[in-house]
Amino acid sequence: MLYREAGQFKTSYAADMAIFPIRQDRIALILLLLFAFVGIPLLANFQLWPLGSDYMLRAILIPFLILSLAAIGVNILVGYCGQISLGSGAFMAIGAYSAYKFGSGVHIPLEFLGTEISIPPLPLFASVMLGGLMSAIVGILFGIPSLRIKGLYLAVATLAAQFFFDWVFLRVKWFTNYAPSGSVAAPDLHFFGYLVHSPIERYLLCLAFVTVFALIAKNLVRGNIGRQWMAIRDMDIAAELMGIRPLYAKLTAFAVSSFIVGVAGALWAFVYLGAWEPLAFNIDRSLQLLFMVIIGGLGSILGSFLGAAFILILPIMLDQVPHALGIPVSVETVSHLVFIVTGALICYLLIVEPHGFARLWSIAKEKLRLWPFPY
Amino acid sequence: MKADVQERPEVAGAAHAGSDREIGDVVLSVENVSLAFGGVKAISDVSFDIRKGEIRAIIGPNGAGKTSMLNVINGFYHPNQGTITFKGRKRSVMRPYIAASQGISRTFQNLALFKGMSTLDNIMAGRALKMRRGLLWQALHWGPALSEEIKHREAVEKIIDFLEIQHIRKAPVGKLPYGLQKRVELGRALAMEPELLLLDEPMAGMNLEEKKDMSRYILTVNDQLGTTVALIEHDMGVVMDISDRVVVLEYGRKIADGTPDEVQRDQRVIDAYLGISH
Repeated sequence: MLYREAGQFKTSYAADMAIFPIRQDRIALILLLLFAFVGIPLLANFQLWPLGSDYMLRAILIPFLILSLAAIGVNILVGYCGQISLGSGAFMAIGAYSAYKFGSGVHIPLEFLGTEISIPPLPLFASVMLGGLMSAIVGILFGIPSLRIKGLYLAVATLAAQFFFDWVFLRVKWFTNYAPSGSVAAPDLHFFGYLVHSPIERYLLCLAFVTVFALIAKNLVRGNIGRQWMAIRDMDIAAELMGIRPLYAKLTAFAVSSFIVGVAGALWAFVYLGAWEPLAFNIDRSLQLLFMVIIGGLGSILGSFLGAAFILILPIMLDQVPHALGIPVSVETVSHLVFIVTGALICYLLIVEPHGFARLWSIAKEKLRLWPFPY
Repeated sequence: MKADVQERPEVAGAAHAGSDREIGDVVLSVENVSLAFGGVKAISDVSFDIRKGEIRAIIGPNGAGKTSMLNVINGFYHPNQGTITFKGRKRSVMRPYIAASQGISRTFQNLALFKGMSTLDNIMAGRALKMRRGLLWQALHWGPALSEEIKHREAVEKIIDFLEIQHIRKAPVGKLPYGLQKRVELGRALAMEPELLLLDEPMAGMNLEEKKDMSRYILTVNDQLGTTVALIEHDMGVVMDISDRVVVLEYGRKIADGTPDEVQRDQRVIDAYLGISH
């Protein structure tokens, strides 16, 4: 019942290295996953509160899951490896447009060679993964400057990626298959022969992606490569003197981070938006992801989820408050108020706990373990 | 200096006696190395060697170029002139991680720990070079990757036991007291299983008891593992007690080289430390 680890003895290093070494945590996680995979579909099926309508799924849960995934990707680069990136939106766009191109067939005419490269339309899962892969390749390219420059200067270099790809997807018509409006529509979501259509199916698809990638990310950051990333973040000179190659550590961080962000971008476009234009992945998106990571907790997988929830859900909740209280205010005033309150809350949080929600969570857990004693 | 040693003979002294450690061939030789930062000559034309299995001290007044010398040895600075030969391989320009992969590890004068990581992770990071499993296995954290992780964890736990830091295994190192951080840093350097261990003022800022502990760790590492040690230290009692040979630098030049007894009697060393009356 109580949050105690007394009596839970670890007899092997494997048990001590588990993600959740405390039994109560494991139980809580299993319950949460059960609720997410079984409970929510059941609630939606029987139209029970709070899933009486599709709104909860479409406007809150699906974007929350996808942005959490993107935030995990950003956290690997910024939180674990300490390389500030303002180009996450661009990497989401690369994932989205690459997946779109692979899904609709890649056709590159090479007239000067008298030949052409043609790839037939690929299945959706392959397209999404290739979208991640393309994003990873571009991520490595834009990560190369990180070997020379650090901190704010690197942030500016990644900002260049953001503006460059905003321009590319707007101006190079090849990426949008020459759509006159510049906006593209996602194909039907056939996953392994199964058509993903209804909101609950889309939700489960995103949930599956997020679960798998969160586990992979957690495994990476607690393993050898994760320690190398953190070593580079905390003291790069000492890390190099310990035999950690900065080239390898930084570029793997860029690659893994961009891959996850790219997959999230493909999901965002295909599953959440359905039809989109380059504006969906502009600098606002990059900043939003960076805020999520900072507020949630740099260097924490859990923090990525908490930050995504805060940044995404708080405005929606605030939006409902005046209605719920029956205060007659205009829609515009509400949207301004939401901005003001959200901004103030972010400032307050960063002053009170600069390490974000994840740190608050671990402090709370530490206190719970000792409760009712102070230490 | 002499009196200092006699006051606390228990620091070391006897530790070398009775052990069957052997001093072998030259493992690292520094030949005519010069290093300048713009117009400032940090090291000029210094040559010395380090033999396998010995404890070699580098001493000298502040600004003598001792730390610069260590930085040259592990590839962080590139000498303007001269060569470094390590295990028979000559080099002048190299990256620090290559020096690390050849078996040189070090600790720092001003701690350079990974502050956001736990003690365990810091020391585990010292084994980064030895872990070979690729990203995909690590992503699964299962099978060969897990057994590799456990194997290295066992090795790291031995170091933790040796340095008596079991109780802070999971604590973030940024919050630890200074003396313990020094120990964790030594642990991280040991985790690389180096052939040559460079220690930059391992006892700076420590009290007598902590110095005794640290001396004991250094002597044990040298004695049991046969690790060659090069250390910079200002506590002359410790230096004269535990080192086999001492090289003395002053203003970037070598002024003496020999056993502790020889060095202590050298007039130039005495002048360098005590000053000359004019």
